[in-house]
Amino acid sequence: MFSRAYRIAITLPPLVWVILFLLLPYALLFCYSFWSVSAVQTIIHSWTLDNYRELLRVNVYLQTLFRSMWIAARVTLFSLLLGYPLAYYLSFYAEKRKEFFYQLVIIPLWVSYLVRAYAWKTILGSDGVLNTLLQYVHLTSHPLNFLLYSPFAVVLTLTHIYTPFTFLPIYAALEHIPRNLIEASHDLGAPPLQTFWRVILPLSIPGVLAGATFAFVLSLGDFLAPLLLGGPSGIMISNIVVSLFGAAYNWPLGAAISFCMLALVIGLLFFSERLEKRWGFR
Amino acid sequence: MGLPMSVPGNRSRWLPWHAALVFGFLYLPIVTLIVYSFNGPGVGGFPPRNFTLDWYRELFADDAIWTSVLNSLFVALAAVAISLALGIPAALALDRANFPGKVLFRRLVLLPLILPGIITGLSLLMLFREADVKLSLMTIILGHGTALISVATTEVFAGLQKLDRAQEEASLDLGANYWQTFWRITIPNLRLSIIGAALLIFTLSMDEIAVSFFLIGRDNTLPLEIWGRLRRGITPEINAISTLIFVFSLAAIVTWYRLRVRAESKLEIAAELVETGP
Repeated sequence: MFSRAYRIAITLPPLVWVILFLLLPYALLFCYSFWSVSAVQTIIHSWTLDNYRELLRVNVYLQTLFRSMWIAARVTLFSLLLGYPLAYYLSFYAEKRKEFFYQLVIIPLWVSYLVRAYAWKTILGSDGVLNTLLQYVHLTSHPLNFLLYSPFAVVLTLTHIYTPFTFLPIYAALEHIPRNLIEASHDLGAPPLQTFWRVILPLSIPGVLAGATFAFVLSLGDFLAPLLLGGPSGIMISNIVVSLFGAAYNWPLGAAISFCMLALVIGLLFFSERLEKRWGFR
Repeated sequence: MGLPMSVPGNRSRWLPWHAALVFGFLYLPIVTLIVYSFNGPGVGGFPPRNFTLDWYRELFADDAIWTSVLNSLFVALAAVAISLALGIPAALALDRANFPGKVLFRRLVLLPLILPGIITGLSLLMLFREADVKLSLMTIILGHGTALISVATTEVFAGLQKLDRAQEEASLDLGANYWQTFWRITIPNLRLSIIGAALLIFTLSMDEIAVSFFLIGRDNTLPLEIWGRLRRGITPEINAISTLIFVFSLAAIVTWYRLRVRAESKLEIAAELVETGP
C-alpha cells in the first residue's frame, strides 16, 4: 500500500544520518587504532600494528581488562540476585500493589547516574554516613577505610545502578508466561519448587540473558564510578582509555583499546542473542 | 482476562523480605542525598543535625550551576527534536520498507543503547577532529541526538505494531496524499509512543555524561558541571540541586503516568465496548 516515494522518504534521511554519525565514527575508531602519534603530538595517518602489539606487550592493559570483566561479572551476578527474586515477587505475589512496586523500581532510574554514585561516596567515605553511624552506635571506634576507594565500592555502586535494568526484562519475561502453564504444572502434581525449576525459570531465561548482558556490558565500559569511588585498586579499562585521550595523549592506542571493547561487546551481544533464541518460545 | 493468578501454595516467606531489602538498597542513597541537603554541618556525620536551607540559598546564588542547567535544557530539547525527527522515519522504515542492509541498519541504530557511552563518545570525537569541527554544545547535541535515535526508534516501532493500518489505507483511498495521511493519521495515532519517547530522551539527555564527557567545548552541561565539582570534593550544594531535580522528575513521572493511565483506560473501555457490544 505504500508507494516507492513514500518508502524512500522514510528510509533515506535516517539511513544517511546513521551512516554519517554512527557508522563512519565507529569505522574511524577502527582506523585510528592502526595509526600512531608523532613526537610533536600529531596523528600520523599511516598504518601500523604497533598499538595492538603494545596492548599485548604491556601487562597493565590486559590485567585491567580482566579486572574490569571481573568487576562487571560481580555486578551482573549481584544485580541478578537482587533483581530476579524481586521480579518474581512482583509478578506472582504483589497482586494489587504490583503497579506501585513496579513504579518504585523505575523511579531510581530517574535520579542522575552521577548523583547516585556521588550519594554512595557520601555514605561510604571515612567520615561518611555509614562510618559515623557505626561509630555512633559504638560498633567500631575508628572509621573503616576499605569501604570507599576500592573495587568493593565500585561493585556496590554499579550494582545499585544496574539492578533496575536487570529487573525490567526479567519482569517482562515473567509477565509473559501464560498462567495456565503454571496451573497445569500444579494440577499435574508438581510441587511449587519443581514448577519453578521446570516451568518458570526456563521460560524466564531470555529476560535473564537480556538483563545480564545489559548489566555486564554497561558496567564493563564504565569509567565514572571507578574515578569517583574506585581509588587506585578500582581502576577499570575505560579509565585507561580516558587518560590516553587526555593527559597521556595517545589517541591511537586509546582507539585500539576501545576497539577491543567494541569487538568484545558485539561478540557478547551475538552470543546472548543466540542463547536467547535457543531458550525463547519455539 | 481473569484476575492475576498467583503460584498456588508456594507463598514464600522470604520473598517479601528480599523485596523490602532491595527497595531499601535502591532508596538508601536517594534518601541520604535528600536528608543531607538539609544538614547544617554539610554532608556526612551521623545523625544529621541542625536543619538548614543554607545549601539551597547557596545553590540559588550559584550562577555557574544555573547556566549549566540552561545549557542542559537546551541540549536536551534539541536532542529530542533530532532523535524524533530521525527516529520516527527510522521506525516507519523498519516497519514498512525493505532495502538492502536493513538488518545492519537496525542493529546500528540500536547499538548506542547497549554500547558503553565512552565508545560512542570517542568515535564521534575522532569524527569531529578529522572534520575540523570545534567542540561546543552543538557537538554534544549531535552526539545525544544521534545516540538517542535508538530510543525514539524502539518506542515508535512498538507503537506501530499496535497501529491499525486500515485507517491509513482508508485515508489514502479517500484521496489524502501521503503527507496528509502522515500528519493526520499516523502521527496522532502514535501520540502516546512519541510523547513517551520524548520524555525518555529528554531525561536521558539531561543525565547523559559519558558521551558529553568527550564532546564538551567551553560550556558545561549540568552533569559535567556537577562532575567538575565532585572532583574537587563533596559539597552539599550538589545534594540540593539533586534533590530539586529528583522532585521535578518525580512530578514528571506522576503526570506522565496519569496521562497514560487515562489514555489507556479509554482505549480499554473502547476495546471492551467493541468486544461485548453496547
